[in-house]
Amino acid sequence: MEIPENVKKRLSLPAEEYFYAGHTACQGCGAALGLRYVLKAYKNRAIFTIPACCSTIIAGAWPYLTFGAPLFQTAFETTGAVIGGIEAGLKAKGYKVKGEDGIMVVGWAGDGGTADIGLQALSGFLERDHDGLYIMYDNEAYMNTGIQRSSSTPKGAWTTNTPGGKKHFLEQKPKKKVIDIVIAHKPAYAATASIAFPEDFIRKLKKAQKIKGASFIQLFAPCPTGWRSPTDKSIELARLAVQTAYFPLFEYEGGKYKINMPSTKKEPKPLEEYLKLQGRFKYMTKEDIAALQEWVLREWEELKKKAEMFK
Amino acid sequence: MAESPFKEEIERVEKEYSEKMTPGAIVYIPGSSVINKTGSWRVFMPEFNRDKCVRCYLCYIYCPEPAIYLDEENYPVFDYDYCKGCGICANECPTKAIEMVREVK
Amino acid sequence: MPMRKVMKGNEAAAWAAKLAKPKVVAAFPITPSTLVPEKISEFVANGEMDAEFVKVESEHSAISACVGASAAGVRVFTATASQGLALMHEVLFIAAGMRLPIVMAIGNRSLSAPINIWNDWQDTISERDTGWLQFYAENNQEALDLILAAFKVAEDERVLLPAMTGFDAFILTHTVEPVEIPDQELVDEFLGEYEPKHAYIDPKRPITQGALGFPAHYAESRYKVWEAMENAKEVIKEVFAEFEKKFGRKYQMIEEYKTDDAEIILVTMGSLAGTVKEFVDKKREEGIKIGAAKITVYRPFPIEEIRALAKKTKVLALLEKDISFGIGGAVYADVGRALINEKEKPIVLDFILGLGGRDVTFENLDEVIEISKKALKGEKVEEVSWIGLRKEIL
Repeated sequence: MEIPENVKKRLSLPAEEYFYAGHTACQGCGAALGLRYVLKAYKNRAIFTIPACCSTIIAGAWPYLTFGAPLFQTAFETTGAVIGGIEAGLKAKGYKVKGEDGIMVVGWAGDGGTADIGLQALSGFLERDHDGLYIMYDNEAYMNTGIQRSSSTPKGAWTTNTPGGKKHFLEQKPKKKVIDIVIAHKPAYAATASIAFPEDFIRKLKKAQKIKGASFIQLFAPCPTGWRSPTDKSIELARLAVQTAYFPLFEYEGGKYKINMPSTKKEPKPLEEYLKLQGRFKYMTKEDIAALQEWVLREWEELKKKAEMFK
Repeated sequence: MAESPFKEEIERVEKEYSEKMTPGAIVYIPGSSVINKTGSWRVFMPEFNRDKCVRCYLCYIYCPEPAIYLDEENYPVFDYDYCKGCGICANECPTKAIEMVREVK
Repeated sequence: MPMRKVMKGNEAAAWAAKLAKPKVVAAFPITPSTLVPEKISEFVANGEMDAEFVKVESEHSAISACVGASAAGVRVFTATASQGLALMHEVLFIAAGMRLPIVMAIGNRSLSAPINIWNDWQDTISERDTGWLQFYAENNQEALDLILAAFKVAEDERVLLPAMTGFDAFILTHTVEPVEIPDQELVDEFLGEYEPKHAYIDPKRPITQGALGFPAHYAESRYKVWEAMENAKEVIKEVFAEFEKKFGRKYQMIEEYKTDDAEIILVTMGSLAGTVKEFVDKKREEGIKIGAAKITVYRPFPIEEIRALAKKTKVLALLEKDISFGIGGAVYADVGRALINEKEKPIVLDFILGLGGRDVTFENLDEVIEISKKALKGEKVEEVSWIGLRKEIL
């Protein structure tokens, strides 16, 4: 699309679209919007690897293709390894990978494909410090297979295999902090981002391009289908997740933490504002909500302390 | 009225489109999804009130399709060929210039 | 001038890789193949090999990285065995389906349980349906040669399938033999550069590899793999002919040994062929007319060659170091496929032996001959026999 010059100045995002309409994501899909942003940021100067997940469908079934950039689709748990291989192959062919005008090698995998089945390959990718970017789009469950809990599902959430019942009530384990596992590898760059804050996300994508070595971004991407939330609330939910400090946005670079959002000076918004918009949390009791709220604030305090200690 | 940014793409894809199986089932036509008109999924459609619009572009920025483009005067145009009617644009519009109404087909 | 060096099978495989000049090698250590990537890292470290060596954290990631690198359009090599190959299983299908001509060296080893690091063919045999070409080497020279040939066949435009070359654990991987290392110049001429037209990632070329295939398209993509495997039969013959011209060593889909007047032909693969040929000589001295045949190419399966072989004899005795539980040896089923509709066919018997590193002795082969002779006389024998079983501990 041709964006007029005066608009370009006011639009804080790149105008070009390399993510084409006609894709088959559900209405209000956070992952689809995330892909649109990544393709805006890198245009066709990135090579994508997507494992079997919702994004396989979004990217299009043969012979349809939503992408305007090269895309490689692979097995569920292999993202980290495949981007390492592509990086090695491109370098062998003499391409500049990463850096200001370098090619980006991007892995795009869901929370199941990252936090669970793909964790080993992710660890290998980080440890070997490949010149690539791994983006985990976090919709907090196995959505493509029909909403089953992953280790990234928060405590108290309904999913099709944490359905509630007399004996076993909803998801019992807190959300796995994949970003902390990532940071334990001391990567070149790691950050959290949200589809509600595209400018922040794109800034982080650009940063990940400049910094040599393995980078990781955990992108919060609501799924109205799996969260039993209205399709028009995806952005609102993503924003509330940040404002309640349920999913704070921060960066880790060169051993230092930097919190972007929410403000560390103010109390975060009450978690209930975020929870009440989603059908997946409707079975939680008052006590459940209070416990989750407490968990969120404790994690938030921990992050703030880290940011204070390593600044 | 501005034209859909995908108009040219549709022509290109329709010309190149082929079901002929390639070795490795490689898809060679970028953006071939544009010939898939997802507007048929829609139940509610965005109705736009130009008078209320302040041209903040949030609807354009937050559209997951993307099915919103800008016209010559930089007002949003809704591409009903692709708009699935999720309503994010209406929910995010700061001036309530977009309203979701049940579509009568 | 070609060099002659005394080396282990694993070193021969590493030398083959060095000569083929892959741009990317991704591998993970596993007994008995570890020495292959080890030797390659030495070559890379000494600057004798210009390859990116990706030291992955598992075989699953090894083959995944290979798939990524091959999709980027460069020549790729890896090595593994046994559990490692089994761990790669799902990605092997992806490599074949995407038509990525990766070449892999396998030190043929058994599979757990019980855990066992010694030789049989269960690892590669179990991957026969993945769409990979399969070659089996009799000795270290063949290991080197058949890796070079594998590259040439795999990268042929009519084929474009990945290939594995197996050589027996310890019997070859860890045993030193004299090996002739061909001239680099000749190998360069033989292989040429890998310049794919179908699958290569390039920022200027926005293609998708591995897209979702609905029922309306999936079968056609699979058929293309079938077609490529069929084409491979012809291509392999051409490549073997060229190989012989360039390097002076002759290879065939099936290599026959003293089969012309043989009443019984022992059919086998890998290093066992050496033992069997010696056994044939011994028996012939005793006046017993037997012959041997070695299957060098197992996928594509040499159906025509098996039919021709069958015409020469009264009994085909298959000696297999693998088992497909519930039916018998895998090669038995394959040979059955080749002969089932033939009007005249010999008796075909299957012998399971040498599993998990058990030596195959002349006594074992005598037993095979005894059973085959009984069958010849019209006596009832087992179609599938386990040879050399220690019945006393069963």
